[in-house]
Amino acid sequence: MLEISNLSRRFGGPGGRAVLDRVSLQLPAGSYVAVVGESGVGKSTLLNLVAGLDRPDGGRVVVGGTELTALDEEALTCWRRDHLGFVFQAFHVLPHLDLLGNVALPLWLQGRRDQGADAAAAMMLDAVGLGGRERSWPAELSGGELQRVAIARALVHRPRLVLADEPTGNLDPYRAGSILTLLRERVRAAGATGILVTHSLEAAATADRVLRLEPGGLVPCS
Amino acid sequence: MIRGVAAVFVGGLLRRRAASGLSVLAIALGVALGLAVQLINDAALAEFGRGLRTLAGEADLRLVGPASGFDDALFEAVALHPLVADASPVVDVSARAQGQEAAIPVLGLDVLRLPAVQPALIPRTDEDRASTAFAGFRQAGVFLSPVLATRLRLAADTPLVLKGSAGALELAVLGSVPGAGAESVAVMDIHAAQHAFGMTGRLSRIDLRLRPGATPDDAARALATLLPAGVVAVTPQASVAQARGLSRAYRVNLTMLAVIALVCGGFLVFSTQALSIARRRTEFAFLRAIGLGRRRLRAWLLGEGALLGIAGGALGCALGVGFAAAALDWIGGDLGAGYFSGIAPSLVVSPGAVAAFLALGVMAGLAGAWIPARRAGAIAPAAALKAGAGDPLSAAPGWPWLGPLCLLLALAACLPPPLAGIPVGGYAAVALLLVGGVLSLGRLSRVVSAWCPPVPVPLGLARARLQAAPGQVVVAAAGVLASSALAIAMAVMVASFRDSVDQWLTKVLPAELYVRAAERNQAGHLSVAVQRRLAAMPGVARVDFLRHDRVILDAGLAPVSLIARPVSEDGHELPLVGEQVAAADPVWVSEALVDLLGLAPGMPLQVPLAGRSHPFTVAGAWRDYARQGGALVMPLARYRELSGDALADDAAVHLAPGHDVGGFAAAIDETFPAADLEMASPGEIRRISLRIFDRSFAVTYLLEAAAVLIGLAGIAASFAAMAAARRREFGMLRHLGLGRRQIAAMIAAEGGLTAASGALGGVLVGGAIALVLVEVVNRQSFHWSMDYRVPWWSLSLFLVVLVALAACAAVLAGRLAMSGSAVRAVSEDW
Repeated sequence: MLEISNLSRRFGGPGGRAVLDRVSLQLPAGSYVAVVGESGVGKSTLLNLVAGLDRPDGGRVVVGGTELTALDEEALTCWRRDHLGFVFQAFHVLPHLDLLGNVALPLWLQGRRDQGADAAAAMMLDAVGLGGRERSWPAELSGGELQRVAIARALVHRPRLVLADEPTGNLDPYRAGSILTLLRERVRAAGATGILVTHSLEAAATADRVLRLEPGGLVPCS
Repeated sequence: MIRGVAAVFVGGLLRRRAASGLSVLAIALGVALGLAVQLINDAALAEFGRGLRTLAGEADLRLVGPASGFDDALFEAVALHPLVADASPVVDVSARAQGQEAAIPVLGLDVLRLPAVQPALIPRTDEDRASTAFAGFRQAGVFLSPVLATRLRLAADTPLVLKGSAGALELAVLGSVPGAGAESVAVMDIHAAQHAFGMTGRLSRIDLRLRPGATPDDAARALATLLPAGVVAVTPQASVAQARGLSRAYRVNLTMLAVIALVCGGFLVFSTQALSIARRRTEFAFLRAIGLGRRRLRAWLLGEGALLGIAGGALGCALGVGFAAAALDWIGGDLGAGYFSGIAPSLVVSPGAVAAFLALGVMAGLAGAWIPARRAGAIAPAAALKAGAGDPLSAAPGWPWLGPLCLLLALAACLPPPLAGIPVGGYAAVALLLVGGVLSLGRLSRVVSAWCPPVPVPLGLARARLQAAPGQVVVAAAGVLASSALAIAMAVMVASFRDSVDQWLTKVLPAELYVRAAERNQAGHLSVAVQRRLAAMPGVARVDFLRHDRVILDAGLAPVSLIARPVSEDGHELPLVGEQVAAADPVWVSEALVDLLGLAPGMPLQVPLAGRSHPFTVAGAWRDYARQGGALVMPLARYRELSGDALADDAAVHLAPGHDVGGFAAAIDETFPAADLEMASPGEIRRISLRIFDRSFAVTYLLEAAAVLIGLAGIAASFAAMAAARRREFGMLRHLGLGRRQIAAMIAAEGGLTAASGALGGVLVGGAIALVLVEVVNRQSFHWSMDYRVPWWSLSLFLVVLVALAACAAVLAGRLAMSGSAVRAVSEDW
């Protein structure tokens, strides 16, 4: 269960620009929603606040009964490590780790540096269609393949919440479709709650529910 | 178009002010040091040459012999030779004046001969003494050059008291030598000088003016038959060339240090340019896409390097002139090495030298920018413009065989003999070792990171990055390798040298007390009577007397020191090196003579003594750190037998048990109150010698510190640039649950591992360079061998501190990575 209440964030001090102003949202566990909106409206800021990577100026975020806005940085880091998966627009796959290492990284961060972690990462690579390429390097992959690796990495540690920020922004429409389908399937298969941030209505259509972020807050998108 | 593109490139330099500034400073340091050494040496040589021209005057040729002089009967035969127009006999001694530390050069001259041969040395009587007819012939009178008069500051009618062969010598100051220019010299009548300084019937040299049409070479050949053994004819210019040759190796060594500092600067330019190009990859790809050609892009980037070189070179030249002026004031023209003692050179800034060192600075900048510019030119615009394009620094530099090849070539470069006394091969080996080491850094980093455990995660990530991105290590650690190699090489060389000098001093100073009549080549000696009384003093177990002279073994070489002292048949009292042979009439030659004359144990050697040449056999070689021009030791008894000279300069006193050094020294003062003998214990001599040694090498410690700071600055600059380039990566890691401290730990581990790779390379390359310095450069430059000694403890401490500082520098530089902005960096938008 994700509960966002009156979340506000302003950049540039008290007189600065309000990117988010009293935004609220409630998502049941296992739901998969898309948030759309114009550029600069605060979609990525919303994700960072939900992930506990940024501090709101007001409001609170509660995930599975844990109030993230009340945790200190150390606790937030631990929480993210155990309960959060993230997919980025620019993939952000580490070039100096092979595919298995990239996918197993969240498990390593949990202290699991064993064969079980490698097996879980290999299984997840297989699940995103990259089975048998565990020892390949990111430089050998296409953009679509890199995003598959990123999806596998976001889900390998069975997170409670998966956040995807424009995951198909760097992909062509054909690859984008298959990646979005894969993301939805894998999030569902993991039983996680997913939030997909995108400016593309087509991408948003792959979600169970679509919300539009406007200066006034999140509103259902017709 | 050009103005617009220039703004892109020059703007790039200005944006990274700190890194550009460091590169400029590193180049400036090398240029400044090199130019300063050059200007100081030029000034000293120019002054030396000027002084020699003043003293030699119109002389075309000089007949020179041993320091103890030669029979003055030669003068008449030479003066009457048909090729000689005029001849002027000279007694050249140095003597210590009362109240003065430094010795005063004293010339005994025949006043009537001066107008024709040495007009600049004609003395002028003071006006108030004008009534004194033939003042120049007065036995107890002396004329001072203006510089010496200023230095001595004698009050009117105060005599000059010099230390003569028979004790204190009181000389009235009769006037001046106005033509002596900047020379610090006292002139007196030759007969008076001979009498006062124990040179009766002997001359130091004869200056000759040749008849028109006679060349110095012709005259030298014609006079050769008249000359006794040990006296040779040389041109005044030959003495300048000898001085230049003697000081050249020292100067070239210091210049090479400067060049190594310049190489460090070049590596820093390489690091900053490589990182800058990695950061601006998309920018360049865009410029290429809109029509900037590959060659023009390279040219602009080389231009950036040249601009850094020009700035560094110009700053270095300004600093170099300042350093040279300060050094001439504080240390002297020989930088404390003793080649030009007694002269006061003035700085003349040569435009040629300034231009050459400015060009060296530009070359360092261009060389540093060369590989990065080539890589930038090779960027494929389409791939670089694509999001998520790979890390351009990851790849190892091309030509993987080049590093090992350079290291092999370095080995080969050590084999050739020196060129004109300069160890060119040794310097080439140093350069090849540095280049080979830097090119092998990728391999080294793999070895270092393989030792590193994969857990915890930050360490594992750092390890993975270093293993997969050797190119990054090369860029970041090149400066560390170069600077630590320089520091380690110098530390090992200095430790080896200091240790060897220490051992040598212990070997050559076995007695409890040393008594000296005068400094080497100064007037004053221990007469036979003094020697007898000294040996008979209570408490004396044994006294070894030593006699010093300088003899000419080869007309092309500077005079060689001759040391006559008691020596056993096997020469075990000497610090012997290498093979020894038993010989009937043995001499032991220093390593310098082995190199300069191609001598070896068992070979014959003619030694001129008292005007006759005597055959000796080289029984072995010994280590001598005191006389770079060469020295030979012969048994005192044999010397006395052949030369008839029973005087001594030094006495090594071995005390009987139960007698202390302090008490015995006091007894000597009481026994010889007028002799003004100098006394020193071996401990005192050792302490003073090592203090002088440490002071001489202070400049190298400063340079090492500067080089290490440059290397650390290189790490900081590299990691600052990399942290900026990797903001998104760090942001992603924060998203995945890596805390700020873990990211800091990861950066620290990367910095530490990178520095450890550089330091390991520095140890290997530095150790090899030290070996080259000890076995090739020092041997060929100064003819000194030494025992290789590694100061393990201080080097280990240095390396640990270096790696720790590098890790701290990396963390400080990577602070950006731990800021909130790094989190937002993963997003393209708000």
